[in-house]
Amino acid sequence: MGEPMLQVRDLHAYYGKSHILQGVTFDVGEGEIVSLLGRNGVGRSTTIKAIMGDVPPSGSIRFKGREIVGLKPHQVARLGLGYVPENRDIFPGLTVRQNLLLGQKSTRHKGRWSVEDLFEVFPRLKERADTPGGVLSGGEQQMLTICRTLMGDPDLIMIDEPTEGLSPMMVELVGKLLAEIAERGVSILLVEQKLTIALRISHRLYVMGHGHIVFEGTPAALNADAAVRKEWLEV
Amino acid sequence: MLELVIFSSLNGVLYGMLLFMLASGLTLIFSMMGVLNFAHASFYMLGAYFGFEISRRIGFWPGFVVAPLLVGAVGALVERYGLRQVHRHGHVAELLFTFGLAFVIEELVQMFWGKLPVDYRVPASLDFTAFTLFQTTYPAYRMFMLLVAVGMFVFLLAILTRTRVGLIIQAALTHPNTVAMLGHDVPRIFMMVFGVGSALAGLAGVIAGPALVTQPSMAALLGPILFVVVVVGGLGSLPGAFVASLLIGLIQTFAVAINLSLSDIFGSGGAAIFGDLWQATVAQLAPVIPYLLLVLILIFRPTGLMGTRET
Repeated sequence: MGEPMLQVRDLHAYYGKSHILQGVTFDVGEGEIVSLLGRNGVGRSTTIKAIMGDVPPSGSIRFKGREIVGLKPHQVARLGLGYVPENRDIFPGLTVRQNLLLGQKSTRHKGRWSVEDLFEVFPRLKERADTPGGVLSGGEQQMLTICRTLMGDPDLIMIDEPTEGLSPMMVELVGKLLAEIAERGVSILLVEQKLTIALRISHRLYVMGHGHIVFEGTPAALNADAAVRKEWLEV
Repeated sequence: MLELVIFSSLNGVLYGMLLFMLASGLTLIFSMMGVLNFAHASFYMLGAYFGFEISRRIGFWPGFVVAPLLVGAVGALVERYGLRQVHRHGHVAELLFTFGLAFVIEELVQMFWGKLPVDYRVPASLDFTAFTLFQTTYPAYRMFMLLVAVGMFVFLLAILTRTRVGLIIQAALTHPNTVAMLGHDVPRIFMMVFGVGSALAGLAGVIAGPALVTQPSMAALLGPILFVVVVVGGLGSLPGAFVASLLIGLIQTFAVAINLSLSDIFGSGGAAIFGDLWQATVAQLAPVIPYLLLVLILIFRPTGLMGTRET
């Protein structure tokens, strides 16, 4: 087996003087669904922001065999790394369709996803294609942010807390979309606070605590390890 | 009376559209930088001088095309090698940078073209009377200015709302980080916006130069009115800038044409209390009216007519 698609080694990052990431190491393989779990403030979001080049880290991040530490966010995105931020940062004044078109990196390149494909998975978005993104419900906005990133045809998509604050029905829909994404050969790094869908869909999971990885294993292994769940995940 | 209304409206709309050519760029640049660009009116002056220099060598029309492009290039370079470096040190540094730049440009203009107005003339092909109404003639060049200003407005609107680049710009102004994460080169977009904004100011200078006076103080004369426009319209609001440009344009033009004073309306009684102010005509007070509006807007509606941000 060659080098995994995304290889993070001994990643450190600081916000001012606080040492947020203290040597984070993990991998995401091609076509794999991997979850990064942990409570608020342990550095999950900082980890993906560091990968995207939004927070300057030290250590090594290799994507498709290339060192990406030091690249700017748009350069990282253009290599095929998609990022869905947790705050559902849609462009409120633009319509659903315009939001989706902004996700495309260029109009020439035909990727795995078209607007029509995504409308098929989410008929709700199709119905609201010409409404401003700002008036959508929280769940619809979450769908839109994921779909917008997919329009850029990433090979690996990193999704920050997609189920946060959503109704159980919407959580189901998000799970369905993630399965669809994986089916098209896109790797997924799912960042979650709760176990909700992570246990069900992940191939492997990592648990983070205080700036480093404290557990690595399969869903079954995590299920069996009550001590890790109690110490690092449950409230 | 009708004559006054028609001509003042025409001139007011013309002046307003000219203001908008500057205010639109300034508004876009404000949205992305978060501070006002004090040097914006200087790009307008550069446009007039570049236009003059080219027109005197090869003619008005080449200048009309090339001068705005040159000014746009200067603007883009200023953003790339000046503002982008200063940006790291915060808003105050950016503000001071543009403030200093305005002086640098003014001094350079004086070095190259002298302190006196230059002879930038209306081209012969547009130097005729467009129409005569009530024995008053209206110059064709003014109609040309109006046409250019309206054309530019339609062009800008179409780019911003109908094209993909326009969508990316709109999104990048409010959510630069998100847009970068989607794979768009936001710094390059900002450089482009700064360049296009400067080019628009340059275009305004090229066409206003022959009609007004091309002189080193022309930036300092227009700059303050420009700030009134963007604050009254609402900082960062393009529709607001449009409405305020027309409003200020019309107010200025009509005020100059009205020769009424308070004593004409209320009789001479108030003169004892207010002195000469009672006798002053609206025309005499015209220069102060925009600033009065600015002060009132800041007191009663600090976000401006259509703005959403606090000033």
